[in-house]
Amino acid sequence: MSSAPVAIDAAVIEAFSKIPAWLERSEALIARGRFLDCDCLLGPVEQPFHVAIRAGRIVDMTPAPVLMRSWRFSYRATSPAWAQHWQPMPRPGWHDLLALTKRGEAVLEGDLHPFMANLQYFKDVLALPRQYAQAAA
Amino acid sequence: MSGDAGMTGHIEPMIGRYVHVEIRGEMHRIYFEENGQGIPLVCLHTAGSDNRQWRHLLADDEFTRDFRVIAFDMPFHGKSNPPESWSGEEYRLTTARYTETIRAFCKALRLERPVVMGCSIGGRIVLNLAIDHAAEFRALIGLEAADFQAPWYDTAWLNRPDVHGGEVCAALVSGLIAPQSPAPARRETLWAYKQGGPGVFKGDLFFYRVDGDLRGRVARINTKVCPLYLLTGEYDFSCMPEDTRRTAASIPGARVTIMEEVGHFPMSENPKQFRRYIAPVLGEIANTSSLSSKQGANV
Repeated sequence: MSSAPVAIDAAVIEAFSKIPAWLERSEALIARGRFLDCDCLLGPVEQPFHVAIRAGRIVDMTPAPVLMRSWRFSYRATSPAWAQHWQPMPRPGWHDLLALTKRGEAVLEGDLHPFMANLQYFKDVLALPRQYAQAAA
Repeated sequence: MSGDAGMTGHIEPMIGRYVHVEIRGEMHRIYFEENGQGIPLVCLHTAGSDNRQWRHLLADDEFTRDFRVIAFDMPFHGKSNPPESWSGEEYRLTTARYTETIRAFCKALRLERPVVMGCSIGGRIVLNLAIDHAAEFRALIGLEAADFQAPWYDTAWLNRPDVHGGEVCAALVSGLIAPQSPAPARRETLWAYKQGGPGVFKGDLFFYRVDGDLRGRVARINTKVCPLYLLTGEYDFSCMPEDTRRTAASIPGARVTIMEEVGHFPMSENPKQFRRYIAPVLGEIANTSSLSSKQGANV
């Protein structure tokens, strides 16, 4: 196994771990999710995070697996897909969460109601690394 | 009186009116806007939106020298109310109703062999016009058009009481806009989706997903009777460039353009970029039409 995929995995996990703090900088995005309380599973396919959202804020994010932890829905994508999605100008087909599911690079499972009822919120939260990770790079 | 008496603000050139159109035996009050003179160019909006998507084309000084640009709101969309007989049943657009609506509108305005340009569902129905009614049109232009494309979400989410219809419609289609498109144009494109009537976007998609599968039929299109232009944005993952290319492969003479840095709503999400691609198409149609007129052909 080459080191390049491992490096991508590590970078994606590192970016994911910073999403709660980046979200705190966006009052408008928190306001968009103000009616949302949800425990969900988000991140890379093999190493997702249990994410606890309360009133639009991420109050806890813990790497899976956690013994007997429940989640309502999960959105997981391959690490290369996240890396592509977070490019400053993502390529066609890699630029949207549902473009990734259509091309088979992401899977959406569980009770989709909180995801669909807050779709733009989740799209914007999961795109935060595009804005902040690139700025920090 | 204020000091600037006599001065007016910038007034855009298009004029909006209503025409009463009989569709399937029932009168509909259809709102349309128009500007320009010459070859009639009828523009069809996307599912769940309205004719505001075409406002930049309607106001284009150059195009409106050769074309009478007309954009109407489909019934249930924009300022075209549901017909008086509608009593609240679920709205569903079918291939037959959509085709008849366009032909009836053109007839009501007495348009002589118009060009029809449609986007998304409008692009799909343009293909149906080419299949069954090509002789009625001078040219047909399908934006984001294909005979079929694979679904990427369940339309049941678009109209249910526990999900805000406007928010979910806009959030879904937001991903179809190219990341290069200017933010104000992106917001304006999505605003129409936030304003659509309940179940209208979903009802339009009944045509798109269920009733309007044209696979196996497009090979009947004869582009010698009516030229067909297909233009698709590279960021459209609903009607993907390969969907358009596959469709065109079975239509001899169909002209395909893949538009860079554009998604599913070229005319509204990035009017300047769209203009670069549509200008040569409209120029060719105008030149062909002019040449045919000089030669005395029946155009």
